[in-house]
Amino acid sequence: MNFLALIGRTLIRFFNATGHFAWFAAKTLIHTFTRPFYWGQMGRQIVDIGYYSLPVVGLTALFTGMVLALQSHSGFSRFDAESAIPTVVILSITRELGPVMAGLMVAGRIGAAIAAELGTMRVTEQIDALTTLSTNPYKYLIVPRFIAATLMMPLLVLVADIIGVFGGFLVSVYGLEFNAANYLNQTWEYLEFRDVTSGLWKAAMFGAIVALMGCYNGFNSQGGAQGVGAATTNAVVSASIMILITNYLMTGILFAAN
Amino acid sequence: MPQTNVLPPKIELQNVTKSFISKHVLRGIDLSIAPQESVVVIGGSGTGKSVLLKSILSIIRPDKGSIKIDGQETVGLSGAKRDEHLAKFGMLFQGSALFDSLLVWENVAFKLLQAEHMPRGQAKERAIETLASVGLAADVGELSPAELSGGMQKRVALARAIVANPEIVFFDEPTTGLDPIMADVINELIVKCVRERGITALSITHDMASARKIADRIAMLHEGKIIWQGHKSEIDHSGNPYIEQFIHGRAEGPIKMQVRHM
Repeated sequence: MNFLALIGRTLIRFFNATGHFAWFAAKTLIHTFTRPFYWGQMGRQIVDIGYYSLPVVGLTALFTGMVLALQSHSGFSRFDAESAIPTVVILSITRELGPVMAGLMVAGRIGAAIAAELGTMRVTEQIDALTTLSTNPYKYLIVPRFIAATLMMPLLVLVADIIGVFGGFLVSVYGLEFNAANYLNQTWEYLEFRDVTSGLWKAAMFGAIVALMGCYNGFNSQGGAQGVGAATTNAVVSASIMILITNYLMTGILFAAN
Repeated sequence: MPQTNVLPPKIELQNVTKSFISKHVLRGIDLSIAPQESVVVIGGSGTGKSVLLKSILSIIRPDKGSIKIDGQETVGLSGAKRDEHLAKFGMLFQGSALFDSLLVWENVAFKLLQAEHMPRGQAKERAIETLASVGLAADVGELSPAELSGGMQKRVALARAIVANPEIVFFDEPTTGLDPIMADVINELIVKCVRERGITALSITHDMASARKIADRIAMLHEGKIIWQGHKSEIDHSGNPYIEQFIHGRAEGPIKMQVRHM
């Protein structure tokens, strides 16, 4: 009986949280397309999310590309398929590793920062203060972060793709003694436009997820420092899990024809 | 002087109730505040004072009852009508609630810049003027809130609450965390602002010195209900045991504090 009650309570909590989040996301979308727009806030978020995330995303992509080249070489040399390394590196980076690694890194950096900032604003009544100052907190706090993350993630991933491929190139040419011109030729030979665009669509979706999870958890945090800490952890964990699930679903949809 | 018997109420609450899951916070509040009157609601911690203010501001939606401002029902307002309703209010929050990402003058001018779209230079000028009216020099405007003492933060919060000439201002525990002298300075400023600007004020506090100073009328909230209200001069002779216990700060009496025994 207790076990059944536990299952019931867990399910009710899950559906309650899901409904609450869906309502939050719907309100964010509605406010995204209605006036007023806080351009100054949006600019600040674009710089914070886009520009200041470049080092961490770039470094992640560089080492991911380098490791990918090393691992592919170690595996492919068993059946003399080293020539496939450039293709494996670029397809893996553009289709999967670029968007997913960047998404996870941005979830850690930006999702946590958003949740902590909005959570602190909630517990210190700054969000209520916005309302009393005739300013809609959704429009002033959430929409700029949502738009900035959704727009900046594809740009970050584009940069990550280039740096990741460059990492693979460095290891292959200077560590595995590939010919530089041959490596570059092979890199482009099997690359299709949609390999890149599919990664960028994923990136935009991951950016939206990171912003929504950060904003939702921060905006609804309760109970002082402990509540803000819990909101930050939940924002990062839930965004990371949703990125992995969404990645699988989007891969299924985007490459369904093949 | 307040004109309680002449003008219709500025704020009128009838049977306002609010519960959070199984916790009944407001259990049928009836309260009427005349234009330019200053009412202070006293009561212990957790009696629903902040929920009362947030319900009037439409930050929290009451479960039942009516809240009228200038005779107009405000429960359930949304969109432009809610914005219009909120434009009448200013609020000083317990912890000041200043935006730490903005400079002091930007905090004060926030409503002018964001809601009234006033040019930045003009808004800054108005913010500096308002800071002066609460006794702060112009150079304070260029500091960030974190660089100010608690008393100065309260003054900035007061300046932010009154800068857009609201008709109604709420003061949530205006003297909490301040030393007695600074608390009295804040009380004086509140009285001055309310009188000079003809503001209708609703304050909540458990600081009796503050209540006596800023109130025309005092109401006591206990377990979600207004259990007594009257002119501030009547509070010492109310004959109400709850009021007696509260104003003298006695542990013994009808008000039982929830203390968990280990």
